[in-house]
Amino acid sequence: MFELAKAQLLERNDLSLNQLDDALSSLMTHEIDYGELYFEYAHQESWSLEDGIIKGGSFSIESGVGVRAVSGEKTGFAYSDDIRADALLEAGQAARAIARAGQERRVSVTGQRDVPQLYLPDNPIESLDEAAKIALLRRADEVARAADPRVTQVMASLSGTHQFMLVTASDGTLAADVRPLVRLNVSVVVEHKGKREQAGSGGGGRFTYAELADNDRAAEYAREAVRQALVNLEAEPAPAGSMTVVLGPGWPGILLHEAIGHGLEGDFNRKGTSAFAGRIGDKVAGDECTIVDDGTLARRRGSLTVDDEGTPSQNTVLIENGILKAYMMDKTNARLTGGQSTGNGRRQGYNYLPLPRMTNTYMLAGQHDPAEIIASVDKGIYAVNFGGGQVDITSGKFVFSASESYLIENGKVTRPVKGATLIGNGADALTRVSMVGKDLALDAGVGVCGKEGQGVPVGVGQPTLRLDELTVGGTQAG
Amino acid sequence: MADIAPASLAPQRQQLERLAALALESAKQSGADSAELAASLDEGLSVRVRNGQPDTVEHNRDKSFGITVYRGKSKGSASTTDFSESAIRETVARACAIARYTSEDPCAGLADADLMATDLPDLDLYHPWQISAEEAIDKACEMEQAAFDADSRVSKPGGANVGRHEGISVYANSHGFCGIVPSSRHSLSCSMIAGEGSTMQRDHHYSVSRLPSELDSPASVGAEAARRAVLRLGAKPVKTGVYPVLFDPSMARSLLQHFVSAVSGSALYRRSSFLLDKAGEPVFCPAVTLREEPLIPRALGSSAFDRDGLARRPRTLVDAGVLQGYVLGSYSARKLGLPSTANAGGVRNLILTPGEQDLPQLMKTMGTGLLVTEMMGQGVRLTTGDYSRGAAGLWIENGQISHAVQEITVAGNLASMYQNIAAIGADTDIRGNIRTPSILIREMTIAGQ
Repeated sequence: MFELAKAQLLERNDLSLNQLDDALSSLMTHEIDYGELYFEYAHQESWSLEDGIIKGGSFSIESGVGVRAVSGEKTGFAYSDDIRADALLEAGQAARAIARAGQERRVSVTGQRDVPQLYLPDNPIESLDEAAKIALLRRADEVARAADPRVTQVMASLSGTHQFMLVTASDGTLAADVRPLVRLNVSVVVEHKGKREQAGSGGGGRFTYAELADNDRAAEYAREAVRQALVNLEAEPAPAGSMTVVLGPGWPGILLHEAIGHGLEGDFNRKGTSAFAGRIGDKVAGDECTIVDDGTLARRRGSLTVDDEGTPSQNTVLIENGILKAYMMDKTNARLTGGQSTGNGRRQGYNYLPLPRMTNTYMLAGQHDPAEIIASVDKGIYAVNFGGGQVDITSGKFVFSASESYLIENGKVTRPVKGATLIGNGADALTRVSMVGKDLALDAGVGVCGKEGQGVPVGVGQPTLRLDELTVGGTQAG
Repeated sequence: MADIAPASLAPQRQQLERLAALALESAKQSGADSAELAASLDEGLSVRVRNGQPDTVEHNRDKSFGITVYRGKSKGSASTTDFSESAIRETVARACAIARYTSEDPCAGLADADLMATDLPDLDLYHPWQISAEEAIDKACEMEQAAFDADSRVSKPGGANVGRHEGISVYANSHGFCGIVPSSRHSLSCSMIAGEGSTMQRDHHYSVSRLPSELDSPASVGAEAARRAVLRLGAKPVKTGVYPVLFDPSMARSLLQHFVSAVSGSALYRRSSFLLDKAGEPVFCPAVTLREEPLIPRALGSSAFDRDGLARRPRTLVDAGVLQGYVLGSYSARKLGLPSTANAGGVRNLILTPGEQDLPQLMKTMGTGLLVTEMMGQGVRLTTGDYSRGAAGLWIENGQISHAVQEITVAGNLASMYQNIAAIGADTDIRGNIRTPSILIREMTIAGQ
């Protein structure tokens, strides 16, 4: 892995490890606590189908180097899309200007640690030929149209990325990674008696297209998209107000990402701007709730062999049996708060600063049968699919929007209701988790998390959960 | 990282011209029947200050190049950040290779040659800001200090930012169209936190302009951020029910963004819009008139030509509530069998004609209801118009502020919300591509306690 990344990022650009030491040493002539060079080369492609034809395809290459200089709480940052020794020095001069000139210090980076690989470095783009990629999209189109005559439009897209990264820093870090990522999405429009609905489904991970083809994911996602769209065609207006909510397993774990995940990121807690700041050791969730951020799951979308600062990813217990245990840290926030990086330093690319970010965030399985959880509810909502979510980490208020939900009446799932936004308060929403299912599932691999204008791939998961009270934003008041 | 000064733009302009010529020639050599490309060079600086100290200083310098080629009616696209001749040729070759596998699409291709804009007015969009990192840090500190000085309940900084951004971009195609536009965009923004612990509230304020001289003063941006954060202290849910809802101008903007998406070509030809086949029909109440004014000099949304190379022109999109047309580029126009409205890439400077009342008067008109100042989440389904979003703001009782509100949702259906606009304010917010005053909706469902 390391040799592959080094060949792609350094040797192809006639750079040696010695030259990186020189560039770091030049950075450290100013009064800087931490200097870092991050090299990236990524190519990405996508193919799209619409109206039964292969409508478009695109290919892109991004490559460059980001130079960061940290002095106390100050960060200087510059980057170049040319990976060349002179560009590296120029970016370094701009970045180090954050701090005063000081003594000459020689940085020498020794070598990198052995880290278990979580995925193969194979290039997804070359894993299938063009005809086979297109066949995947056509398969989705055929299955969706065959699934129901009410399907009027099918849109499918396939994308693959192959990213090489190498990071070296004044703390002796030298690490690299080669990361594959693929995603297949199917979206359908259904129409019946003048009513229209749209729904989508998809998945992917850190593997190649072959994985999608071998498991006929195109057909699976197509059927799922049609099923959801048809359910929504029958949906009635959703209720409004505070009520019991049962969340299905898997992707509804976006609850955890929004309700507590962002609030536990190290930057907000160092700055004291999160509703969870200073609350380690407090009870913030029901007794049955144990929640982790785990970047070490093989081949998952949110996983990383090493994070973008070169720290091996970890399985960090955030909440154990309801008690807040840890925040997610990158190097800078760990250093400023006297802690250790938890392998959560991530960046969208060389031209962005790393931030503490989630990887795969999920709740461990509990003891209840999912059927028992639904049977326990007299009146409430059963929400099984969601669109996006958002959180205000300062007030702790979070939302996530259901795209498939049902009424629960007298312990039984009855009628579908229109998607509604659910809103809650992160600091106490999980204290209302009264039952945790034994059916832990992770999402299919579609999540993108946005923070300060940077998007990174993430995963979520959870078992079926009962929340005794959550506000459901339907239109039917009273 | 030198500033781009007007005199030094000539080299960048020449660089983009050469790049366009190289790419088009290379596309032809690779067997493309036609091609179009977009490229840009950008440069900027952004600083953030916290507690009177610099937090981050970022130097931005980006370039991008993307090309779409057509072989017959099949297309392929590719992009790169490497401007070397070999990288450009390789990128073009990639696009051509992709076009061998995409399908014949009868609607694909460049816009018709006789529609290309010939007269490109200079909209005066380029006003570089000669500000150093140190000066930017000073301004940000001034902004943050003004916020702390404005109210003792302000407890923490959320970050005071100063940014300058300058760039030059080109769109060119094999009809011979080549439009090069230099532009700038500068901003001040300030986020502040009021209260402590579980009562903390954050809000922000910003100023953005193409001209540094037209930015609000740092002190006024900071003070407004503080005022907004403090106003949110003590926020609580309200009782679930049906109430009038007043969207402040920055929130009203999102209501019009949903409208633009719903009348855009891609949503129409996919039949995934709740405003399908509504041209000529009243889609808003009669008080609503929406003008598109793409040619206003120095405005944030201004643009002389669209992403197909067609001349943009002023028009009325909604006249007294009645939809006058759609938002189409040449591709979606062909799909729908209609002429392009020169909107490839979207609308530019969409302006809702203001009403008479300022915000306090609108609050009186509303009587008792919710003033929305922030929204959360993406709970909008354009196919059906179903609308359900998280919200925060102020509860208005008999025209007066009663208390701050949070942890509620507002829900309805966009089709009926647009018909149920009871009043439009006079308080237009010009900080964006869509300019709108406050909008009062007669009734929506609020879910809370």
